Amino acid sequence: MKNLVYLKDVVTLQLDDNKCTGCGMCLDVCPHAVFKMNSKHVVIQNRDACMECGACSRNCPVDAISVQSGVGCAAAVINSMLGRDGEFCCGPDTGSKTANNKGCCC
Amino acid sequence: MDNYSDSKNKFEFPMIQDKSDCGCGNTEKHIRNTVSALNQSFLSGSILTSVGHLPQVSSALSWQDHWGTIKARFGVFRMDYSVAPGLYALGNPDDNSSVLVTANYKMSFDRLRKALPGRDVWILVLDTDGINVWCAAGKGTFGTEELVGRIKSSVLASIVKHRKLILPQLCAPGVAAHIVAKLSGFKVQYGPIRAEDLSAYLDAGSKATEQMRIMSFPLKERAVLIPIELMEALKAFLIIAPVLLVLSGIMGPAGFWANAGSYGLFAVLAILCAIVSGAVFSTLLLPYLPGRAFSIKGFFIGIVTFLILLYLRDINLQAWPGRIETLAWLLIIPAISAFLTMNFTGASTYTSLSGVKKEMRWALPLQIAAIAIGIITWIGAILIS
Repeated sequence: MKNLVYLKDVVTLQLDDNKCTGCGMCLDVCPHAVFKMNSKHVVIQNRDACMECGACSRNCPVDAISVQSGVGCAAAVINSMLGRDGEFCCGPDTGSKTANNKGCCC
Repeated sequence: MDNYSDSKNKFEFPMIQDKSDCGCGNTEKHIRNTVSALNQSFLSGSILTSVGHLPQVSSALSWQDHWGTIKARFGVFRMDYSVAPGLYALGNPDDNSSVLVTANYKMSFDRLRKALPGRDVWILVLDTDGINVWCAAGKGTFGTEELVGRIKSSVLASIVKHRKLILPQLCAPGVAAHIVAKLSGFKVQYGPIRAEDLSAYLDAGSKATEQMRIMSFPLKERAVLIPIELMEALKAFLIIAPVLLVLSGIMGPAGFWANAGSYGLFAVLAILCAIVSGAVFSTLLLPYLPGRAFSIKGFFIGIVTFLILLYLRDINLQAWPGRIETLAWLLIIPAISAFLTMNFTGASTYTSLSGVKKEMRWALPLQIAAIAIGIITWIGAILIS
């Protein structure tokens, strides 16, 4: 099946070539093959495929990657607009059962 | 079946001594969980280690496990579907066996053990409040702190000789491998995304193929998400449907029941079709629907639904009431379908937050406006008929 791609040119992913040591950790954790190894360091080969999960920046030992990570979930955005349960959609943060429990990623 | 109910009385579970030790400040929770760990219905027994008895499971799922999965998929007792955090033995692992880490959502735990028939490994279950790996990582509960704390509280270092952990790749948004190594001495290896690939991954010497690292969204994975989407939408439907019936009954030209049977019943059917369109058809057909934004995909399938309904309704388009009613449904059905499909961004595996926000900025006001104007138009059509 063809790989699904969401909107173009919206992703906040940034890679600092100067900091990157080419350890390849981001290649391991990225679920959408956004990065590719280019001899000495990593390059972004498919920016639009990025879902801003933040796995790469979290696991980069030299802080070469930055991304405004979050869950791409409309229910969560609506909830935060309504001031309910922050930006999370996959059930409650605190363990209370009243919060939104939409089908989201869970 | 090992008699673990006996052993649990004499057994002292390795407990953390103070808060700073655990790293997560959740001492009370740990105590509560460890007490119940050996007394869970899905265990096959217990295994004796250097630090006492640990709960043991097999890779075979019982009918209760399967039934639990079905209930969770339909949103029944979903938030209580958890296992006690801590270390579990799958089969008969020893001090050389691999350690796999997972969330304490029962479905995550079951998928993991089911994928490893005939293997002897340790399973370290983190306390993620009963939430799956991916979501818990996003929240940070499947995170560096919890992992480091759980390694210590389970005394993992004295149970295995090696210093390696295999984590599901999808927990990476919450776990910083290099910091775990620094704080606990355990080296994190990210395994495949899907539990089903674990056997192949282990056989290859902890090497993942490119395919194992890509999060796809095939039909089967989309289909299992339909029940929960549908249940949520149907809850709203149960409130809306009676309102529509009453409104049409009061306002129509004929008697209450005749009106409700004509305008009202069709309205209920139309809303139901819009829900099925946005929660079922858009989910199944996701890759084949036009547009990148989910709202566009949902709008498109909503238009198709509208056309089918229009054909079935056989409205008289020569007269104004018929035209106006048609216009009302042209506004309402695709908008509901678009909204529900947009909501599916959360369950999809490839939408970014930036993208969802961008889509919502234009789509949400349009959806709300279309539904509001649509309802007013519908009321107007009944009034003038």
